[in-house]
Amino acid sequence: MASFFDLAGRRAVAAAAQNSAVPSTKAKDPNRPVPWVEKYRPKNLNDVSAQDHTISVLKRTLQSSNLPHMLFYGPPGTGKTSTVLALAKELYGPELMKSRVLELNASDERGISIVREKVKNFARITVSTASSTQSSNYPCPPYKIIILDEADSMTQDAQSALRRTMETYSKITRFCLICNYVTRIIDPLASRCSKFRFKPLDEENAKLRLEEIAKMENVEYEDGVIDALIKVSEGDLRKAITYLQSAARLHNPIIRPKPKKITVKSIQEIAGVIPDQTIDKLLEACELEKGKSAYSEISRLVQDIVADGWSAGQVVFQLYNKLVFNDEVTAEQKNDIVLIFSEVDKRLVDGSDEHLQILDLALRISEVLAKG
Amino acid sequence: MLLVDKHRPRKLEALHYHQGLSSRLKALANSGDFPHLLVYGPSGAGKKTRIVATLKELYGPGVEKIKIDSRVFMTTTNRKIEFNIVASVYHIEITPSDVGNHDRVIIQSLLKEIGQTQQVDIAAKQKFKVVVINEADHLTRDAQAALRRTMEKYSPNLRLILIANSTANIIAPIKSRTLLIRVAAPTIDEMVGVLKHVAELERFEFSDKLARRVAEESGRNLRRALLMFEALYAQNEVVKDNTPIPPPDYETLIGQIADELLADHSPARILLVRAKFYDLLTHCIPATVILKLLTFRLVAKIDDVLKAEVIKWAAFYEHRIHLGSKVIFHLEAFVAKFLRILESYLMGMEF
Repeated sequence: MASFFDLAGRRAVAAAAQNSAVPSTKAKDPNRPVPWVEKYRPKNLNDVSAQDHTISVLKRTLQSSNLPHMLFYGPPGTGKTSTVLALAKELYGPELMKSRVLELNASDERGISIVREKVKNFARITVSTASSTQSSNYPCPPYKIIILDEADSMTQDAQSALRRTMETYSKITRFCLICNYVTRIIDPLASRCSKFRFKPLDEENAKLRLEEIAKMENVEYEDGVIDALIKVSEGDLRKAITYLQSAARLHNPIIRPKPKKITVKSIQEIAGVIPDQTIDKLLEACELEKGKSAYSEISRLVQDIVADGWSAGQVVFQLYNKLVFNDEVTAEQKNDIVLIFSEVDKRLVDGSDEHLQILDLALRISEVLAKG
Repeated sequence: MLLVDKHRPRKLEALHYHQGLSSRLKALANSGDFPHLLVYGPSGAGKKTRIVATLKELYGPGVEKIKIDSRVFMTTTNRKIEFNIVASVYHIEITPSDVGNHDRVIIQSLLKEIGQTQQVDIAAKQKFKVVVINEADHLTRDAQAALRRTMEKYSPNLRLILIANSTANIIAPIKSRTLLIRVAAPTIDEMVGVLKHVAELERFEFSDKLARRVAEESGRNLRRALLMFEALYAQNEVVKDNTPIPPPDYETLIGQIADELLADHSPARILLVRAKFYDLLTHCIPATVILKLLTFRLVAKIDDVLKAEVIKWAAFYEHRIHLGSKVIFHLEAFVAKFLRILESYLMGMEF
């Protein structure tokens, strides 16, 4: 444990680990296909994109090797799980991680009984002593980490059962809760953790990361493909990487000798984005002049949209973007239109029939537009 | 055997339309790196046909030998649930929405069990097994949340193909982990081509004009078009261009309801159509289908000014059907509302 307090020595080791991190990002067996999301998961804290504040705080706690209970929250694909896994790896190293870290997510049964037994039992075990080689390379602080991924899908009861467990064993166990919606975590739990917010990735960082991956995978693409990817993925880096990989697979089949470039169109097709023409046509039909009935034209267009299999959620989203940022629509009309959107969206989530709902949406919008 | 099954294409090359999609699926199947798929599109567009053909491309003819297994699962409250699985050596096919709210148990236990073991057949072309999940849009939120990590963790041994009618009810994390494949309904011209092809194989005489009519009547649903086509030849000895296409019984009945409502706008009519609604419901016609067909029948026959209003209330009550417990209430409420709107309009009042 001598080196535990030796900060300078540890920094040197960490620096060495960083230098060796570049080759380690490659998969062990190049022939075994791995999703790129897994392949390019950040291996240490420095690799995590665009969460500077959180990372700097975590690094400082890493040096003092005292960790609070943590609560990570933020939209999907911003690097929450990656950060905590990288943190655990930097703390313990790959060997010790197996015995010191317990990861539970929504695919595991996580009712109240599991919290009472599995989590509590793991929390109760005394920390195994690290061998000298391990502790010389990694800080190996004397506590274990329990990662509860997707914690917002845990029941209230199960969360309540955690409360006391977190305090009683806080000497030897740290908890890390990860969730999308911090409001679904009960207050007593949230107040026991220090919270870290993960913000959606800004365009610049996402672009850098995507370009890096494309370069490493030898993917060729047209101009504007990366921008299109960022636009359709809305700050969700995992989504953007998955789309990139899907597009690469579609354009670079092994049987074809010459790989083709990825086009913007194929990205949009993969993401399920409706072509602008289709949406524009529908809007045009909504804006028919007064006195004339828009019904027949709108109903025909809606029928085509439904038959082409476009998802209603996407129709609502794209129509919304078009209308709300359209300056020709007055503020008052926008007020009315936004109300309609909210209602239709709720109905769709409740599982209503898509055809009727889109038709209703379009007809009511045309009514509002005609009034102005 | 029905014509629909008899002439179902078994290979990707044999598919008639969406050639671009077929070649992409073929490329994916041969690339050795097959992603998770989410296949969506309206019914009768050919989603299942394409998936079965893709599986054949992946594994060869072995996937066609299927057997049906019945398995028993225990829920957390120790209730036993029975669940049917369609399986070949290489893939299994499940419909978790069959068991309603307990689908999470199936997803958790069954998928993990499959994901933890490798392909048994060493000679198999692919190392992974495929799980086809039907009606993925009816999975509960819990079941979908359970899928999230499973898809990543067991990806060496397991690929998922989700089939859905729409992506609206599928949570974003699942969408971001799958390759979305949209199967659009065939256009009228494409349908005419397929119908003519089938007619040729069956040695029926079949004119272009009639083919076009069948295609238009079916609402771009190929399965339905083929069933209509078969019914047409089963019921008539000589088929001419203007032979009426027999509509399904329930459509005739809904048409009758619409006519009765338009003929007389009195409360007595509500009582009259109630019997017909019950008749339809006891024959397992979904309430959504009834309401939708009825709405479109009614809208076709009323004044243009009223159309938007009627659609608005149809959408409203259709939403209620999903939230409420007794569908008949909402069907009748819609009828009452419709009669009120129509009568108010005829009397020159605000509605």
